[in-house]
Amino acid sequence: MKQLMLGNEAVARGLYEAGCAFVSSYPGTPSTEVTEAAAKYPEMYAEWAPNEKVAMESAFGACLAGKRSFCGMKHVGLNVAADPLFTISYTGVNAGMVICVADDAGMHSSQNEQDSRHYARAAKIPMLEPSDSAEALAFTKLAYELSEQFDTPVLLKMCTRIAHSQSVIETAERVEASKPYEKNPQKYIMMPGNAKKRHPLVEARTQALVKWAETCAINRVEEGSDHSRGIITSSTAYQYVKEVCGDTYPVLKLGMIWPLPEKKIIDFAASVDEVVVVEELDSFIEAHCNALGIKVTGKALFPCIDEFSQNLVAEKLGKAAPACGSKVEDAIPPRPPVMCAGCPHRSLFYTLAKNKITALGDIGCYTLGAVAPLAALDTTICMGASVSGAHGFTKAQGGAADNKTVAVIGDSTFMHSGVTGLINIAYNESNTTVIIVDNSITGMTGHQQNPTTGFNLKGDPCTKIDLETLCRAVGIKRVRVVDPYNLKQTEEAILEELAAQEPSVIISRRPCALLKYVKHNPPVKVDADKCRSCKLCMKIGCPAISMKDGKATIDNTLCTGCSVCTQLCHFGALCEGKEA
Amino acid sequence: MQTKNIMIVGVGGQGSLLASKLLGRLLLTKGYDIKVSEVHGMSQRGGSVVTYVRYGEKVYSPVIDKGEADYIVSFELLEAARWTEYLKEGGHLVVNTQQINPMPVITGAAVYPDELVAKMKEKNIVVDAIDALSLAEQAGSAKAVNIVLMGHLSRSFGFELEEWMKAIEASVPPKFLELNKKAFLLGREA
Repeated sequence: MKQLMLGNEAVARGLYEAGCAFVSSYPGTPSTEVTEAAAKYPEMYAEWAPNEKVAMESAFGACLAGKRSFCGMKHVGLNVAADPLFTISYTGVNAGMVICVADDAGMHSSQNEQDSRHYARAAKIPMLEPSDSAEALAFTKLAYELSEQFDTPVLLKMCTRIAHSQSVIETAERVEASKPYEKNPQKYIMMPGNAKKRHPLVEARTQALVKWAETCAINRVEEGSDHSRGIITSSTAYQYVKEVCGDTYPVLKLGMIWPLPEKKIIDFAASVDEVVVVEELDSFIEAHCNALGIKVTGKALFPCIDEFSQNLVAEKLGKAAPACGSKVEDAIPPRPPVMCAGCPHRSLFYTLAKNKITALGDIGCYTLGAVAPLAALDTTICMGASVSGAHGFTKAQGGAADNKTVAVIGDSTFMHSGVTGLINIAYNESNTTVIIVDNSITGMTGHQQNPTTGFNLKGDPCTKIDLETLCRAVGIKRVRVVDPYNLKQTEEAILEELAAQEPSVIISRRPCALLKYVKHNPPVKVDADKCRSCKLCMKIGCPAISMKDGKATIDNTLCTGCSVCTQLCHFGALCEGKEA
Repeated sequence: MQTKNIMIVGVGGQGSLLASKLLGRLLLTKGYDIKVSEVHGMSQRGGSVVTYVRYGEKVYSPVIDKGEADYIVSFELLEAARWTEYLKEGGHLVVNTQQINPMPVITGAAVYPDELVAKMKEKNIVVDAIDALSLAEQAGSAKAVNIVLMGHLSRSFGFELEEWMKAIEASVPPKFLELNKKAFLLGREA
């Protein structure tokens, strides 16, 4: 049956049809929906792991046990999982194992624009790259076949525009697949003596895969009428090329991006007058062509920054792009993402900014604490970097930073890789204060459960990791919990813990206001007569508060009645809705 | 046929995903090739969001570029003005007259431009400005703005009302079916 399906859902469908039995991932835009969709098939076990390294190692264990397995992550997640990646390349698999990595050209929801294709070459693992949902489904199934045929994990590379676009697919039945586990120390124990014997096998495998790449159907030449130019491309760039050029030029469409074929590319280049490589982000196909001694035009024409579009490809290939439509002459104010009304993070960041505290931040909704008017963050690097960064900052500044520096990290991010940094703080004794903003969910990626929520991916109750106990267990004696909706209590706790001459953890706990079970209070009421237009309430950057005719007004459709603004107002102009 | 391009724009949280789901469902039953491109993740948090819907015999690119859109459905006035240059000359804009201030306007760092509907009408595009929020409230929920606007857009397509209703049935939970059908009809008549 024909269906319209998101690229990520099509990967999940591919897992189902290929008989995958084990799925372990950490959420990250634009990869999250693969695992969410996979969890809806009862035939597959699916879980959120605390981080991508754990997910990949778990998936490896499952394939070793004889079940086809999967792990999914965003591009930066593959950095976290890079350690097992490079060595499971040596061991190979038992049942098939597929690793999905989703890049984010254009950085719609990411901290960098890294190109994951380099990992395939560096770890010597084949990588398939679909260009729509139908290919996402087909390539996922093919990836399992390749994995078992060539004894290797297989990378499946998605990108935002493929992951988050729906296109038409046709489904098929699930085919169960499993293998017995047999002990094989030479293959699976990667100590030097064994690994030295495995490495030549990895190199031979790549050569065998190059041969496969020469003739496989997913690396195909699409004929064109004009041989003055030939285009080599893949993924979403292929779609833009076809959109602009149709069947004008011959196109070598690469479905397997590593290892790349050699003869196929040489023959294609010989069949056209000039070769243009159209690929998003880095020079990868182009670099391969150069290594083969083929003259191509790639990054001399196309940027290595940002995602492409059909108009960009048209312009670079010298084709006419449609004229821009009419534009309103007024300056259109930007509409950046903001912390939601009722967000429990808001008052915490207000307090940090008010006290001019240096705050090393992390990855999540609370990264929005960096945005005006709160502007309360000093850094955002990667998952967990707030905690370890604050340790280094505090140590380097000696006593000077003691009363002024904190780390701010979310509950899920803390479980992902904050706890190791906290162990370092305890072990190496830095006088650091870590604030865990515990909103009882993984917020930014769209409300995924995590080890601190007490529920698993399927929504069933499970073991809940207790943050207070965990922090104490790693050696932090000062651990306290505050309600961020209570401004006074929050400020007192922060100032006291900063003043203390030992490491401390403050857990700022209040569930995300968007969670379905969170009951909202009636909207805050404004007494316009009492409002002195001081705009103090505007300093918390709440989208529900604005000034109208010089007086504070509340948008009742947005206000959740969190009452933080009522605690700010010195004149009693804002009061809780239930009081009025 | 040439590929048709529809953009659904608005503010994160206004329900553009449901609108595109509805349209995609209906177009699929018509046998078209379709691509629908959505925004997930960080930019959803109250930010400017855009969904691209493309259909025809064979659709390649998942996105719509400047000067390519046949229709733009905007859930908010400022967002309509932000995206008008994506419309073709003579393209059709269905815009909700509701104004939602972005944070730079709330903090006073920027100004919400005035008379946007009049200014857009001066351009070589067709502008249907409707108060979708009032109609949604009339249907029973302010959240039905998305369906009101899709109801209005539906007048520009040759599909039967019954086919739209079937697509609504397949896209919304039974609990909200009557509300959404009512909202759709109010938008279609507006």
